[in-house]
Amino acid sequence: MSYSRKDLIGMIDLSKEEILHLLDTAEKFREINHRDVKKVPTLKGKTVVNLFFENSTRTRTSFEIAGKRLSADTVNFSASASSTAKGETLIDTVHNIEAMSTDIFVVRHAYSGAVKFIAENTKASVVNAGDGLNEHPTQSLLDMLTIKQHKGRLEGLNVAIIGDITHSRVARSNIWAMPRLGINLRLFGPKTMLPLCTDPFGVKICGNMEEAVEGADVIMTLRIQRERQGKLLIPSVKEYARYFGLNAARLRLSNNAIVMHPGPINRGVEISSEIADCGQSVILPQVESGVAVRMAVLYTLGTGQRGIE
Amino acid sequence: MKILLTNCKIVNHDKTLTKNILIEDGIIKSLTDDTPQADKTYDLKGKMVLPGLIDMHVHFRDPGLEYKEDIISGSYAAAAGGVTAVCPMANTKPVNDNAIITKYMADKGKELGICDILPVGAVSKGMHGEELTEMGDMLSAGACAFSDDGKPVLGSDVMRRALEYVSGFGGMILSHSEDKQLAGEGVIHEGEVSAITGLRGIPAETEEIMIARDILLAKLTGGHVHICHISTRYGVELVRWGKSKGINVTCEVTPHHFSLTDRELLSYDTNCKMNPPLRSADDVKAMKEGLMDGTIDCIATDHAPHSRDEKFQEFDLAPFGITGLQTLVPLTLNLVREGVINENDFSRLCSYAPAQLLRLKGRGVIEEGAMADIAVIDPDKEYVFDKKLNKSKSVNTPFMDKTLKGLCVLTFKNGREVYKADI
Repeated sequence: MSYSRKDLIGMIDLSKEEILHLLDTAEKFREINHRDVKKVPTLKGKTVVNLFFENSTRTRTSFEIAGKRLSADTVNFSASASSTAKGETLIDTVHNIEAMSTDIFVVRHAYSGAVKFIAENTKASVVNAGDGLNEHPTQSLLDMLTIKQHKGRLEGLNVAIIGDITHSRVARSNIWAMPRLGINLRLFGPKTMLPLCTDPFGVKICGNMEEAVEGADVIMTLRIQRERQGKLLIPSVKEYARYFGLNAARLRLSNNAIVMHPGPINRGVEISSEIADCGQSVILPQVESGVAVRMAVLYTLGTGQRGIE
Repeated sequence: MKILLTNCKIVNHDKTLTKNILIEDGIIKSLTDDTPQADKTYDLKGKMVLPGLIDMHVHFRDPGLEYKEDIISGSYAAAAGGVTAVCPMANTKPVNDNAIITKYMADKGKELGICDILPVGAVSKGMHGEELTEMGDMLSAGACAFSDDGKPVLGSDVMRRALEYVSGFGGMILSHSEDKQLAGEGVIHEGEVSAITGLRGIPAETEEIMIARDILLAKLTGGHVHICHISTRYGVELVRWGKSKGINVTCEVTPHHFSLTDRELLSYDTNCKMNPPLRSADDVKAMKEGLMDGTIDCIATDHAPHSRDEKFQEFDLAPFGITGLQTLVPLTLNLVREGVINENDFSRLCSYAPAQLLRLKGRGVIEEGAMADIAVIDPDKEYVFDKKLNKSKSVNTPFMDKTLKGLCVLTFKNGREVYKADI
């Protein structure tokens, strides 16, 4: 089954086949990124607007590179200097840019559901580059692509996600997608960072760090978003590191796990430096996979899946 | 002017009877088996005839925010819903915290004559939760009760003094029970759906903590606290406990809180964003249990109009609230069809009990000598609630364009026909 949707809003309602289709397409694009001339004319003449209503450097850059490698005209729109700051509504802003014949919007927004709201009100394709606490589907795809690259498979793997689950759109996208591909997912974090009700996730919630990492094939630590959260979620980063941080001793309990992180990392907090830089760390390959995944998504939405040229 | 309503299935809070109703000079002159001569006669065979419904909780946005609703459009919406008396909350602009504004609202309602406007005065000046308003003056000007609804009275000392002071005038405080700190930046109920959607949650305890406080303050003061728009199981439990201890506490529930769950929010539809938020299926069940055993005293809509522009934006930015006056009848009739309540309970919850709570004489019941405020309902009428039927200035309801069953077809206010459905 191919991917025939207009948009990519979240992993929650994607089928296994749709996810695999995007991953397979991304695998093919990975090769382009290693050519001398890293460019194909697939999206030539298409306009991709990175519509970022929330600050981002790496995701926006990744999408921008992906668009350029497909020969799309990529435009960055930053909300801080935008019409929305002058009081224009979100949808009016979108319609104005759409009127310039935009083909794809890549949208990041601070509020959950805002990207879906945009997608429902524009004819252009929309890619969710992170909406509030809700989803970050391309991050989930790049996570799975990286896992597949390093572990050779997805089915049957034990993946632990550790950290601020409640406020992580990365976690939420992976929670929906990974079990659909046969991954055994487990979560752990301070109780203040776990939703009150985790039943809808349908995954194991661990009671301590050791239980979370034991036998794991993949350990994904999440960034403590110190700039976003109040002081009530954790008393100190020192204590967080002690009870919830990934260090060498804990990593040894795993099944030779690869270590992942959506970045940017807080060294010595959610992950120790020795682990962030060790051979099992695939944090930089994740970034690399991100470009391939975003090329695959832009290509899929932008072309209706013509063959790779 | 004599009006005769024939073949009426009169549904009062305590009994149902089939009679003809003779109205003279705005008063119910007699309930009779005869057919006396009249200037105008209506045959109401097959319809339910209820005392005009009384909605203790609406927002008419007048003065100040008339683009959402004003007393005139709100009154027409009320009449179309079978409602003949409403209590508009004080969060107008400026806040209804003085007798001048109270009188303006009440008089504007009287001038129109479609629906009694019984303003709810603010508890605190400017609704800032600090100084008490001149409640005596506002009562004299037509206020029916006091509330900072839209905002909780956060200071326990302020709530205590408000309860004490108003009880000296025989009045009551309507409590918007919400611990704002615990609610934080929440926009929907905290539970499964907030976990799924990434929308920030408001725990049920946000409401329950304040209900508990207000019941205990009613115990301390002997004052009457009425809990607005109750929505959680333990909120109802707390009221049940308070009543069992003889504490002067009553409460209301909205039709949306006994009809919808937070599953509606999976769509991120801002027309389902309200405060208190739509709760879990178990909470909805508790609302029905509370209605069945009498813990919940009455049904009120919390009619909260907002313009399309305000609702048509990011979920977090959209205001809380939905309209409700014209969906009160079909949603409450659903309870009758489900067997949760019977028709007499409907009459009690939507008319008699609010009249008692508000100390309105001659209203809430169809009897000789009572005011001829009457709602005629076709319980079997199925229709699509669309913009053409909608009389409010706003259309922010999850029931817009949905098929509903049960329609108010005629409304009389003081014996005058003020609404007739044209479907």
